[in-house]
Amino acid sequence: MCLFQCIMNYFPEEVLEHVFDFLTSHRDRNAVSLVCKSWYNVERCSRKKVFIGNCYAVNPELVIARFPRFQSLTLKGKPHFADFNLVPHDWGGYVQPWIEALAKNGISLEELRLKRMVVSDESLELLSKSFPNFKSLTLVSCEGFSTDGLAAIASNCRYLRELDLQENEVDDRKGHWLSCFPDSCTSLVSLNFACLKGEVNAAALERLIARCRNLKSLRLNHAVPLETLQKILVQAPQLNDLGTGSFVNDPYSESYFKLKAVLQKCTSVKSLSGFLDVNPRCLPSIYPICTNLTSLNLSYAPGIQSNDLIKLIVRCKKLERLWILDTIGDKGLEVVAATCKELQELRVFPSDLHGVGNAAVTEEGLVAISAGCPKLNSILYFCQQMTNAALITVAKNCPNFIRFRLCTLNPVIPDAVTNQPLDDGFGAIVQSCKGLKRLSVSGLLTDQVFLYIGMYAEQLEMLSIAFAGDSDKGMLYVLNGCKKLKKLEIRDSPFGNMALLSDVGKYETMRSLWMSSCEVTYGACKTLAEKMPRLNVEVINENEEMEGRPKDKHRVEKMYLYRTLVGARKDAPPFVWTL
Amino acid sequence: MVDCKLDFEETELRLGLPGEKSININANYGKRGYSETVDLKLNLSSKKEIGLDKSHDLNENNLDKVKICSNDSVKPPAKAQVVGWPPVRSFRKNIMAVQKSGSNSEEIAVGGSAGAAFVKVSVDGAPYLRKVDLKMYKTYNELSDALGKMFSSFTMSKCDSQGILDFMNESKLMDLLNGSDYVPTYEDKDGDWMLVGDVPWEMFVESCKRLRIMKGTEAIGLG
Repeated sequence: MCLFQCIMNYFPEEVLEHVFDFLTSHRDRNAVSLVCKSWYNVERCSRKKVFIGNCYAVNPELVIARFPRFQSLTLKGKPHFADFNLVPHDWGGYVQPWIEALAKNGISLEELRLKRMVVSDESLELLSKSFPNFKSLTLVSCEGFSTDGLAAIASNCRYLRELDLQENEVDDRKGHWLSCFPDSCTSLVSLNFACLKGEVNAAALERLIARCRNLKSLRLNHAVPLETLQKILVQAPQLNDLGTGSFVNDPYSESYFKLKAVLQKCTSVKSLSGFLDVNPRCLPSIYPICTNLTSLNLSYAPGIQSNDLIKLIVRCKKLERLWILDTIGDKGLEVVAATCKELQELRVFPSDLHGVGNAAVTEEGLVAISAGCPKLNSILYFCQQMTNAALITVAKNCPNFIRFRLCTLNPVIPDAVTNQPLDDGFGAIVQSCKGLKRLSVSGLLTDQVFLYIGMYAEQLEMLSIAFAGDSDKGMLYVLNGCKKLKKLEIRDSPFGNMALLSDVGKYETMRSLWMSSCEVTYGACKTLAEKMPRLNVEVINENEEMEGRPKDKHRVEKMYLYRTLVGARKDAPPFVWTL
Repeated sequence: MVDCKLDFEETELRLGLPGEKSININANYGKRGYSETVDLKLNLSSKKEIGLDKSHDLNENNLDKVKICSNDSVKPPAKAQVVGWPPVRSFRKNIMAVQKSGSNSEEIAVGGSAGAAFVKVSVDGAPYLRKVDLKMYKTYNELSDALGKMFSSFTMSKCDSQGILDFMNESKLMDLLNGSDYVPTYEDKDGDWMLVGDVPWEMFVESCKRLRIMKGTEAIGLG
């Protein structure tokens, strides 16, 4: 026994556990469990929050066996590209077996966070009835449920604190789910139903808000009219985070005057979103809130023109997070750069999704932001055009990027000035931003950009590639170079079998690999699956006319592979072949 | 400037449905094994087809690709897109589609009707215009009722407002045309001013860009 072990054995387990309590990140806890058996055991019995990045990498029984006392579960299902309609419906990602297993094994679940999973009303009902201490439900980009499921949650979860629905596809049965919160429910801290399409009973909503004195976060859907918002705000001036519903009213009406008055009292609102329906002439009513805002999301409001956006932003000097549409224009971004010196995260979404034409933002806006906002570390930028020179300047100005996602509306557009590929620009980004963890590239790109990425992006964990590269070399540079790569997703790029099979062991160090419309063949996928039993290699077949399996030399349209402890999944639909 | 010998049409980047008169599209789809009903894609595979030999020096390769892409200034047809590009969640796309159609009455969403079809309505003699969402109604009568309510607040003589309420009533149409009462007209996609009521309702909603309720005396020549 080494000295270290002697010393560590001197500490009773309770002390170790107490020390581990300070470790909240699952990565830290994972690291700690590797130290020795005794630490592994103490850690696993005390872990409260479990994070599972791919629901098919393990099964519920294994999780429960290792962490018998967890109370919070985060699960992610479908691959990221499912967000963009590249994964067929019914691919999988069902939460039902998880909820059943947790219920059966007496886990006292308090929090459930799901992303890109299929959640049925049955699941929600089982959830609401199986865990008496259940407190928090967060669903992001999920589908498969209706407002009936929400009614079950509202009715049965007596201590519910948080119901957070973000961008889900919900079948709105126009029932009265919100009215199902019993009068005894006073525990809500956070309620977000912005993604629902149907109406809720305004009176029930007002009463609910009035009795939940701890409510800090409220995001309404567009069916909630301005008058109701005004009444709610009178009851809940303590809100930190507000998502408006419809923001349409006659600016000369009495209800608008009342709204302006109550908004002046909402001094704790730090985060503002919504405006799913907006009359720009009503915007001045939120000016008083602007001074305190740290987070502003106007990305669902194409109706607000650049001028009105600028008038708002110029008052938001404390902004740390801004999500807007490209209607803001380069000029508007210059105002952001001049005003928002605390800005850390910027997302500029496209307002014109069908390419018919109004110029959006260009490289100029991005350069302005990089020059004006020294704390910027995360960006998602949809733009009309880009240049290497701009990217090089951005890289110099902002060496602190953790997330850099650039999306040119034309996926293969070259440098707007020189007509060259954008390799050097992205090369500058990865070279300068030593802490870069997530990167999405677009525009005209050759293998060269991947050489740069492999060489410099040492901390990179997630890389998204579309319509880029010339040959297998590109993918090889990435696989060989990026030691910390966890997720690689590639579409419409000429990477093939040689790249796929060159280092099969690499995939066990990663969470997943997605390749669609590339050059890999069925035979190569089979070979990979044979060599690596701890990977699931799934081929998604969308050719309905095909009978039997493709020949080895046929290209595979969509392949998704991921490491797993539990072999091929049993819930795969007929069009998904696990090789 | 290098004189590129590649044929312009060969290298042109185009979007199009399979079967359209586009270079190589059928060949590409054949090679890629697409079924006919599958998604439209940017014809980028053409960049591989045009013999981009790796032994060419880098500049020439770039120029080939650049030639392909510089035609990007030719905007693709509004309805053809690459699946999943730009990478925006469906939820966000749906919200934008519904809201955008509020500002113009053209169809926007791919493969189906957008959420609303707002058109301007002007009535001769009224102080300002209004907007209606044609998708809210299923028949001419419903539209007529709605417009009647909308404009009934104007100070008009009794027979005038009655005239508006009746204007879609077919049996009264001829009376209206001959009298000084109101006649409903609309501007269609081609820019022509047409009499309301001739075509089936759905066709009307598709093609109507704006409505004008004219005084009957001005409408002579339309009927």
